[in-house]
Amino acid sequence: MIWAAVLVTGLGCYLLKLAGLSVPSRVLERPVVERIADLLPVALLAALIAVQVLADGPSLVLDARLVGLGVAFVALLLRAPFIVVVLAAAVAAALVRLL
Amino acid sequence: MSSPTGEGPTLDPARRRSIVRDGLAVGLATGAYGISFGAIGVAAGLDVWQTCALSLLAFTGASQFALVGVLAAGGAPLSGAATALLLGTRNTLYGLRLAPLLGWRGWRRASAAQLVIDESTAMSVMRESQPAARLGFLSTGVAVFVLWNLATLVGAVAGRALGDPRAYGLDAAVGAAFLALLWPRLRDRRNRITALLGAALALSLVPVTPAGVPVLAAAAVALVAGALTRDAADPTEVPGPEDLATGREHHHGHGGSP
Repeated sequence: MIWAAVLVTGLGCYLLKLAGLSVPSRVLERPVVERIADLLPVALLAALIAVQVLADGPSLVLDARLVGLGVAFVALLLRAPFIVVVLAAAVAAALVRLL
Repeated sequence: MSSPTGEGPTLDPARRRSIVRDGLAVGLATGAYGISFGAIGVAAGLDVWQTCALSLLAFTGASQFALVGVLAAGGAPLSGAATALLLGTRNTLYGLRLAPLLGWRGWRRASAAQLVIDESTAMSVMRESQPAARLGFLSTGVAVFVLWNLATLVGAVAGRALGDPRAYGLDAAVGAAFLALLWPRLRDRRNRITALLGAALALSLVPVTPAGVPVLAAAAVALVAGALTRDAADPTEVPGPEDLATGREHHHGHGGSP
């Protein structure tokens, strides 16, 4: 099933790109379509963050992951590069689990 | 100015070098993301081959992170794929913008399509002529493609060698990576509200729906917010959350976050 998801995602993402290069722009270039396409990543990424950090199966828990996210938030406020943000979050969560 | 349809050597060598150098710089900047993606991919339960196949075939950061993110949270693979495809729709809008600019048809268009991402779009739409736009698109697209895939392999192999990903906090790294991807968009008030509502809706659904559904459901927030509001910035003009470029020419990338 993971392979199916990988292939569907790969093929689908390619076709979405090709469609943009091939379809006459007036078909998709409507303000409401552009707004929704603009907001989709925002809503989905925010939902992913929330689920990734707070969900454990069907329950919501507060654990080391939330500490990691907090550290990432501070690192972003300080304009740290991407790799620093990710590493700082991982290290913080690992340290909390060690304690 | 060069001819709008010309493919000839209408750019002087210094200009060509400068455009190619910019593309390479953007490609190098994506290495960090690629390594993170590889490590997170294997931590989420994909094997090295699946992780690398995703980078080769999907080749669009946010969608790839979304698929492995849903899998890491225990979601069904196909709901992860659906989330990834929703995130991939932005590249369609980039393609609309790029089509007249690049002016390719047939096999050139079919191959160029795989390179339509935030970075190649950003490094192409700002150019002064078609040859410059094509060179910016190709140099950035190819540089990012090569380095993103190499970095994915390195990250996946290294990630697997580490053993239990939780001991290294790699599960926390997933949330941090998403936050970094989203960060440049949070300057905008409507985006902040959309993000908060999307997160709240997803969390409220976690106890009552199968894994994977809460994230997909957040798309409804974008649909409603997009339908009810007016005058968004054109998404094809603003590099998106997966924009890794932080190039000199624009300031929407991660490095220029609020």
